[in-house]
Amino acid sequence: MGALLTLPLLELTVGLPLAATLLAIVSGRFSSGLVLGIGPAMLALAVLLCLAVGSHGPLEVAVGGWAVPLGIALGADGLSAVFVMTGAIIMPAVALFARRAFGSDPAETTQSFTFWPLFFAMWAALNAIFVGRDLFNFYVALELLTLTAVAMVAYGGTAAALRYMIFALMGSLAYMTGVALLYASAATLDIGLLSEAIEPDRAVVLAGGLMTAGLLAKTALFPLHAWLPPAHGNAPAPASALLSALVVKASFFIIVRIWFHVMPDAQSPWLVQTLGLLGACAVIYGSLLAIRQGRLKLVIAYSTVAQIGYLFFIFPLADGSAFALPWAAGAWTGGIFHALSHAFAKAALFLAAGLIIEALGHDRIADMKGIARALPMTMAAFGLAALSIMGLPPSGGFMAKYLMLTSALAGGQIFYALVMIAGGLLAVIYLFRPLNAAFAGSHVPEIAPVPKARQTIPLALALIATIIGLASSIPYQFLQIGLPEVLEGGTE
Amino acid sequence: MTAAFVFDAMLCLLLVGTAVSAVAGRDLFASIAFFVTYGILIGLAWLRLGAVDVALAEAAIGAGLTGVLLIGAWSMLQRRCGDGGNDPAMPVLPKLAAAAVSVTVTGMLALAVLALPVGAPGLVPLVTENLSESGVGNPVTAVLLNFRAYDTLMESIVLLIALVAVWALTPKELWGGVPGLRQHARPDGVLATFGRLLPPLGLVVAVYVVWAGSEMPGGAFQAGTILAAVWLLVVMAGIAEEPRMSSRLLRLALVVGPAVFLGVGLVGAAFGSFLGLPVDFAKALILAIEFALTFSIAVTLALLVAGTPREGT
Repeated sequence: MGALLTLPLLELTVGLPLAATLLAIVSGRFSSGLVLGIGPAMLALAVLLCLAVGSHGPLEVAVGGWAVPLGIALGADGLSAVFVMTGAIIMPAVALFARRAFGSDPAETTQSFTFWPLFFAMWAALNAIFVGRDLFNFYVALELLTLTAVAMVAYGGTAAALRYMIFALMGSLAYMTGVALLYASAATLDIGLLSEAIEPDRAVVLAGGLMTAGLLAKTALFPLHAWLPPAHGNAPAPASALLSALVVKASFFIIVRIWFHVMPDAQSPWLVQTLGLLGACAVIYGSLLAIRQGRLKLVIAYSTVAQIGYLFFIFPLADGSAFALPWAAGAWTGGIFHALSHAFAKAALFLAAGLIIEALGHDRIADMKGIARALPMTMAAFGLAALSIMGLPPSGGFMAKYLMLTSALAGGQIFYALVMIAGGLLAVIYLFRPLNAAFAGSHVPEIAPVPKARQTIPLALALIATIIGLASSIPYQFLQIGLPEVLEGGTE
Repeated sequence: MTAAFVFDAMLCLLLVGTAVSAVAGRDLFASIAFFVTYGILIGLAWLRLGAVDVALAEAAIGAGLTGVLLIGAWSMLQRRCGDGGNDPAMPVLPKLAAAAVSVTVTGMLALAVLALPVGAPGLVPLVTENLSESGVGNPVTAVLLNFRAYDTLMESIVLLIALVAVWALTPKELWGGVPGLRQHARPDGVLATFGRLLPPLGLVVAVYVVWAGSEMPGGAFQAGTILAAVWLLVVMAGIAEEPRMSSRLLRLALVVGPAVFLGVGLVGAAFGSFLGLPVDFAKALILAIEFALTFSIAVTLALLVAGTPREGT
């Protein structure tokens, strides 16, 4: 196993998709086929990375041989490896799905040319964040990620894209200002060195606040969510899947890095309760709006607004003032579980919705009666993924909510337990509507044919969302590798 | 009160004044003019702070190219909306809210900045200490192309992806056409004369700026902007046309810089360290990367300004 450490695994998780980005620009019509080679290679890299982290613990390399603080380090703990793996499964799955829309025309079109460089650059940016150890490098990766995401949203409409871009750029500016303040205080941008160097003084707390506010705009936490439903609801299905499953998680990932790795001491009761309350508002508000939507993709998009809310429960539940409490690590792991299972389930939902649109030509819930009889495999995927979003056993969503709920009850935080239960009930209501319509009546509606092979993609993703719940001990153990030091007291 | 102090004080006043004018003005074109002026003044401020590289980049990109883009956007608004896109009806409440947020953040930033340690050297000593092993004498270039080359590699791809994102807005029926608007310059006019006179000079200056970048302020981004400006002038003077966006050669030109950069990085990975430059070859490799990057940056920036294809090509 020692040979694994001599491979440039971390570097290649970013370098390979960057190379694919450049290839996609020059290879014209063949760019939609690139993923057939790059996808398996990235999956192999992710497996090797998980093996290396699993057997040797957290990894770290200095890019260019320059040690921090002069150079930039890349690193992977259990958290990094799990997210890289999630990307390595979802990205190729979505790419295979997208080849029909963005790769089947004989002549080059706007979308068939631009989608693939955007896709691979998005992958590189995501991995750069997952294995990043440097706050400025996060900024560069966020810029790359934002540009690719905005361009994909623009396929569905420039107004939604423009709104998204304004939110995201304001977010970048706030984040960058915070990074500059931290560098001025501590003369380093490296996560590890910063965590040792900084004291929670005025500049550091303001820096943390600015960075978090900026990242919240990109993660679309209530009340900064207004850009998300039109952006995710109107983009082409593969783009929506990537945006909801992975892109909003990347900025959340950086928030976790900042508050649990860089400056855990600066977590004040005010901060954790604010983030928790915003999360609670997101769960309730997003769910209520999801119930009112008439279009399937908008239901799923508002569901993302709601589900993002749960992620921020890790702050009050892992309670910054009492990290060593036994349930803190459970709450943190539950939040990460939620991010992962939501990624798979939401990608499956959006792709299933994409197939329904291909079959019917629209996604009006009222007019899709009986679609389950015409597309049984797709509706099975939709139903399975819906179970995970609702948080019903045996799905990954259930495990996540179970972990968070037990932490909330153990910590006496009844409020968050109630919000979680209410959010689960509301999710049942907003997801039952499309399911009910799909099974209504007894006739088989006439549809445009949808190949079986493409229907297996959302089904596979939905199955993974379920398997995360059934085999939860593997990712659970894995996430404990390189757990933030502040949480270690809680694992005993 | 020394002359330098008076100069700095005036510069600061002008900075705040132009910034307020750019934000508060009702006339969109005047706001753009103030914004460009502000960019040049910020460039001067960087010069006063001793950051010549930042000053160059700010003047070239912050004031120059951004100004061109804003004026382009303004003239498009003018054609589509008639009144230049001025929007006198913005409600008062959002304005006040935005102002309140800005003032609060500025105030808090000021307090935080004042609390920072004064005269902290940051990473400067460490950069100076390792400069001799970086292959270049300009510390900024050493940071950008060696110590933190990973950031710069990703930034070069950010620029490229920005162009792909602009191209993603191309209406379906125009894909593959000639980007930008058709230029009408009188063949014997001032623009046409400049279009023939300035490019050779600009070319020499650009090559010098990249070459000098290894020892003095300069480098790929600044030189790329100069080259892009030269090309824009040639196009505006009607001497040459933008290439079709379907051109294979154009696409190679776009990726050659990042490709050389990434290639050097990956070869380094095979020999021990991703983006690691052996001391003996560092200068040659950095120059190779910089020249290739300059070319690609110039093409990318020029096409970013041109935008999506015109109709009827």
